[in-house]
Amino acid sequence: MAVHSYNNIKEKIIERYLFVCALISIFVTISIVLVLLSETVSFFRDVSIIEFLTGTRWAPTYTPSHFGVLPLINGTLLIAIGSSIIALPVGLTSAIYLSEYANEQTRGIVKPVIEMLAGIPTVVYGCFAVLFVTPIIRKLVPETEIFNAASACIVVGIMILPMVSSLSEDAIRSVPHTLREGAYALGATKYEVTTRVVLPSALSGILASFILAISRAIGETMAVTLAAGATPNITLNIFESIQTMTAYIVQVSLGDTPAGSIAYKSIFAIGMVLFLMTFGMNLISQWIRSRYQEVYE
Amino acid sequence: MNHEEIEISVKNFNLWYADNQALKNINLDIPRRKITALIGPSGCGKTSFIRCLNRMNDLIPTVRTEGEMLLNNENINHKDVDVVSLRKKVGMVFQKPNPFPSSVFENVAYGPRIHGEKNKQQLAQIVEESLKNAALWDEVSDRIDRSALSLSGGQQQRLCIARTLAVQPDIILLDEPCSALDPISTSKIEDLMVKLKEQYTIIIVTHNMQQAARVSDYTAFFLHGKIIEFDETKKLFKKPKEKSTEDYITGRFG
Repeated sequence: MAVHSYNNIKEKIIERYLFVCALISIFVTISIVLVLLSETVSFFRDVSIIEFLTGTRWAPTYTPSHFGVLPLINGTLLIAIGSSIIALPVGLTSAIYLSEYANEQTRGIVKPVIEMLAGIPTVVYGCFAVLFVTPIIRKLVPETEIFNAASACIVVGIMILPMVSSLSEDAIRSVPHTLREGAYALGATKYEVTTRVVLPSALSGILASFILAISRAIGETMAVTLAAGATPNITLNIFESIQTMTAYIVQVSLGDTPAGSIAYKSIFAIGMVLFLMTFGMNLISQWIRSRYQEVYE
Repeated sequence: MNHEEIEISVKNFNLWYADNQALKNINLDIPRRKITALIGPSGCGKTSFIRCLNRMNDLIPTVRTEGEMLLNNENINHKDVDVVSLRKKVGMVFQKPNPFPSSVFENVAYGPRIHGEKNKQQLAQIVEESLKNAALWDEVSDRIDRSALSLSGGQQQRLCIARTLAVQPDIILLDEPCSALDPISTSKIEDLMVKLKEQYTIIIVTHNMQQAARVSDYTAFFLHGKIIEFDETKKLFKKPKEKSTEDYITGRFG
């Protein structure tokens, strides 16, 4: 009897402990959102929300100041799209190669190397962009500015590539082997099995990996701050300097902007926009998972 | 046996998984348009054997084979054989139903499509015919565009048979096709096999002795990688020549 109740108490304690741990992360999330929200509300007391969302000039420290967020959103999307153009196809292709074509030995070398890319500090990527990628681009396209979106797109693309390749590979590998056999047995070639059976079956996981990688590109800070510059700019020209939302937050946080000023509060509004964008991406990814996930026995 | 036409002739066939020999000196003549059952306890090599007939074992890197399997006087295990056209001729249905995660129609159309059929009308006709031949058409004709995964296990397995029929094979391999199915679905598939043997050579691996006795014309008993006995099913079940065959079919081991 005594042993029994001792075990009961132990179970209860463990359960409480786990509950508290789960609670902490919820508490932190809620606090962050609350701080973000209150500072954002205070920002919008000084700046109209319409000007913020539709204005095409971002010049918070000028007089008169302008708080149109579109140039920053433009910068962020330019980086996200540019890096995706590099990372999504290359990442997916390497995932297909690793899972379907590579033998165990090659896979054992290539996979860790790709995943090592994820372990490199982002500031190193930034330096790499400025010191290595930009000079090459400037040689090819001489009118390129010193700080430009192109080199940021390239390094961010390399940075998010492991995310695409390893998550897509997981999705592709989890397609049951019996499905591949079914297709092979009908006389399909490896290419036909891969493109017409395996990839469609892994679609939900592949799309989810895309969305996560794009989210990461949207939130990426250090490399774009170093490589893409600090010129809020509405442009599609990747050889110009731009500024992303994250880079602006860094600029204000590091500068001598007094706490409590409008420029200071603006970083919370920008933070809110970033949060909503990545939150939206998360929702899309969850929707894709539930919508397209095939149920295997 | 000598009055039957031979579809596949296996001569001195051996198979290894790395250093582990799974098939030892197999000799077997498989008659055309009959049902040949392969029986034997788990691990006896019958699945390894059936997977050689359409070179499915190519997918396992450690497998090595020796000896001949002659189909139309061509050794199907020869390096130069085109496995794609071999698998078109030798279809296979697996233990667990494995429909592709697409519609019923797409599942059946997959084979003809990859082999170059693009005409929509033609495809629709092949799909309907194959589903009819697999005794599934009446049950699915109104939901041919629904996901194949929404069908019951037995229907899924018949869909896999229809998918195989759609590429017009000569031979159909069935690897324990009913092991995941209930008795009613099983009997439907057995009826179907008997019907299909008018046009196809059928080879079935089964653990179910009654099934082998009910549907097959010939039976081969495998044990420890060897064929112990091969005969007309009636003879083998009524009067086995070998002691171990008798022990197995009467349920004394296995």
